[in-house]
Amino acid sequence: MPTPRQETQQELSAEIAAIASNYRHSVAAGGAVATQPSLDYAPYRSSILRHPTKSLHHADPETIELFSPAFGHQDVSPLEADLTIVHNGEPQGERIKVAGKVLDGDGRPVAGQLVEIWQANASGRYIHKRDQHPAPIDPNFTGVGRCITGPDGSYAFTTIKPGAYPWKNHLNAWRPAHIHFSLFGSEFTQRIITQMYFPGDQLFPLDPIYQSIVDQDARDRLVATYNHELTSPEWSLGYNWDIVLTGSKRTWTENEALGEDGEHHE
Amino acid sequence: MSKLTPTPGQTVGPFFGYALPFDKDNELAVPGSAGSLRLHGTVTDGAGEPIPDAILEIWQPAADGSVAAETGSLVRDGYTFTGWGRASTDRTGKYTFTTVNPGASRPGKAPFIAVVVFARGLTNRLFTRAYLPEDAAALAADPLLSSLPADRRGTLIATREDGGGLHWDVRLQGEGETVFLEFDGGGFDGGGDARTEGA
Repeated sequence: MPTPRQETQQELSAEIAAIASNYRHSVAAGGAVATQPSLDYAPYRSSILRHPTKSLHHADPETIELFSPAFGHQDVSPLEADLTIVHNGEPQGERIKVAGKVLDGDGRPVAGQLVEIWQANASGRYIHKRDQHPAPIDPNFTGVGRCITGPDGSYAFTTIKPGAYPWKNHLNAWRPAHIHFSLFGSEFTQRIITQMYFPGDQLFPLDPIYQSIVDQDARDRLVATYNHELTSPEWSLGYNWDIVLTGSKRTWTENEALGEDGEHHE
Repeated sequence: MSKLTPTPGQTVGPFFGYALPFDKDNELAVPGSAGSLRLHGTVTDGAGEPIPDAILEIWQPAADGSVAAETGSLVRDGYTFTGWGRASTDRTGKYTFTTVNPGASRPGKAPFIAVVVFARGLTNRLFTRAYLPEDAAALAADPLLSSLPADRRGTLIATREDGGGLHWDVRLQGEGETVFLEFDGGGFDGGGDARTEGA
């Protein structure tokens, strides 16, 4: 069977540029500013058959949706926030610390909630049976971490800077280096999974997943900031990234501000 | 109105399978225990093809309608009902939870399970609900269901099986497309979660 011709980056980039241009014109004409990715974003080919075609239906959150699942001491060990100590040896690559705060839309800290991350290793390889990228697997790096946010909504991970990796969206498609983040808020409607990127990545304009957020300001919210104060001498580079969840409908109580898992974070 | 603009979502991607799943993640109740039942279905795309790399999370009241605030979902102790679970689809697009019937939050309210859908190819998570099918009066009075066109309402109502199980499919696109929700106060200060103009 003949192999179908793969689309080139140039063709994909033209599509990305056309959508971006349409969006800028729309905003200039008074159209809405997009703060979230477009569900319908054809340059990300896998989205074509997987985006709803009908508008999301407006609903008022009820009961169960106004609370959040709870995670506690037995769920997460503090050691799980260090992805570099999982195995017997040191992982390959550039050791980094990624730290920040999880806030809600009103700027209140989201305390005592689960943060999960996963990522490729320094050479751009995931520990996943379906990742066939011929880059080395690092026996000392799995790329999975968890923590519970502190009373001030803070989180911190020690890990390895992930590498870029190829994917098959089109010919010569490469993902910018990124860390996947999974977040819970104080209510279920705040649940989100996203990706954190690294500043100055030359792959940004070429990547349909990153570009599925059509607004530049919104895209910028996914890029961490290098912070030399967070950098440890002779040890690791530091990046800051704060995450803002959606607003909260529920009345906020003092107990939640304190967070029941504050003691997880010395 | 939110003071800060929410961080955008991104796809869960194809490789969550070694990170997010955990032992007994889809068992809110112990299989075979009193009151336990199977909630299951298939996640399909716009061509009707099953999606093998989707992940669903559910969050529901206990059978008495109370909201659980118990920890321990990541390390199931086999006794505590935490109300939350996570299930990946298998290679045929099927997911399964073991859970209990959610109770009504108030007498006469239609009980439902809150659901979040993630998938490769889906740029952001989708919220939806799976209602229990039995209480016709409560379903008819439900504010969300009654605001939907008749031909779409059914996508949010599970089917009761012989033996007590619940069957509920998720269709991301096309015929029988599941109703997905956006919430007020959900950080839309503009485009919100909706598809944007010109994109």
